[in-house]
Amino acid sequence: MSTVEDYVARIEGTCGEEKDIIVIFKYDKKDEAVARILKKAQLKNSLAGMIFEVAFRDVSFRVYSSGKAIFRGIKNKEALRDILAALLL
Amino acid sequence: MHENAREKIARFVNAEDAAEIVFVRGTTEAINLVAYSWGLRNLKKGDEVLVSLMEHHSNIVPWEILSKINGFTIKYAKVNPDGTLNYEDFESKFSSKTKIACLSHVSNVSGVINDVKRIAKVAHEHGALMLVDGAQSVPHMSVDVRDLDVDFLAFSGHKMLGPTGIGVLYGKKELLEKMEPFQGGGEMIKEVSFSQGREQCDITWNDPPWKFEAGTPNICGGIALMAAVKYLEKIGMAEVLKHEKLLTEYAVKRMKECSKVTLHGPTDLSSKCGIVPFNVEGLSSHDVALFFDNYGIMIRSGFHCAQPLHQVFKLQSSARASFYIYNTREEIDRFVEVLKEIEQL
Repeated sequence: MSTVEDYVARIEGTCGEEKDIIVIFKYDKKDEAVARILKKAQLKNSLAGMIFEVAFRDVSFRVYSSGKAIFRGIKNKEALRDILAALLL
Repeated sequence: MHENAREKIARFVNAEDAAEIVFVRGTTEAINLVAYSWGLRNLKKGDEVLVSLMEHHSNIVPWEILSKINGFTIKYAKVNPDGTLNYEDFESKFSSKTKIACLSHVSNVSGVINDVKRIAKVAHEHGALMLVDGAQSVPHMSVDVRDLDVDFLAFSGHKMLGPTGIGVLYGKKELLEKMEPFQGGGEMIKEVSFSQGREQCDITWNDPPWKFEAGTPNICGGIALMAAVKYLEKIGMAEVLKHEKLLTEYAVKRMKECSKVTLHGPTDLSSKCGIVPFNVEGLSSHDVALFFDNYGIMIRSGFHCAQPLHQVFKLQSSARASFYIYNTREEIDRFVEVLKEIEQL
């Protein structure tokens, strides 16, 4: 059975007052992770098929085809983990 | 070869003696070394340490930690709204209580070049020492420690084509000789002995610079840093600076084409190095950095380990484009092309 850790290499809190959280997907799983997210989340905007502005459960975030995603306004890493689990699994 | 590297690096910054070059892990460790080896024994309650608000955290935090132990006061010198140092404020804060002034030669956020020679002169007039964070200057311009007359200069290998994990603390020989070791272990001692019938251990420190290099040295790092220095010298540091200034001027000119982009730092580009901090309206710096990352363009985002300066700028964070000898005008054109796409987000 898959877990969030199968897809996620690292979760980093950014420095800066924005307190964004960046999710870095595993290199060999990044395409699959991005595809899964785009399948479940609501696409609000996309740019050149590389950058996707999406929403899921009232949380807006951006996904990059390079295999990274940036979340803002997330309470904590636990809340983020719940969202990732719902999107990826 | 490791000692050859020391000599080469000594000549690179025009140190009088190779013994004035201490190998460390990087700028942060170099400043910590001064804080603990010199500061721990020479700073006491009532003394003052003078630091600017544009410093990297590595030139703030060690002094803050130490002040909690020794009880001395840290005074912070102001920075002007454009990111330049407020020299009047800095100089007015010197007193007979000031024991050391700590200042970056070049700001890692704005690229502003500080007149450290001027501040060093004032520091010495007050009987204080001068420590310079050269992490952003030594890789980009000719730095002459004797001309600047600084007491300590710290810099890192990985910012000047060398590897990570190697850096340098330059210190005037007479100061290094008086200082106690930073860490204990092998290499930094001459003798560790127990006299017969006594339970007391007698230790004799090694001479500088080895007195400050406990444990097996990073030999590969030192030699690699020497190779980097040789490479830079072959180009010439004046050429390095000239190239970066041309790129910076060009980048600033092109970035001004972007209506949603705000540039930070001084408008007088003659007083800054190849660093351009900026923000894009409506986007966090991390969004901007990830966008560039998608195009294979690496920039820095966040506080750049200089949160106090961001408070001066009243910024939540900033994005930072920076240039070095390997960057070209064509890359800046591509950078601006992507920046214009970002504006459309």
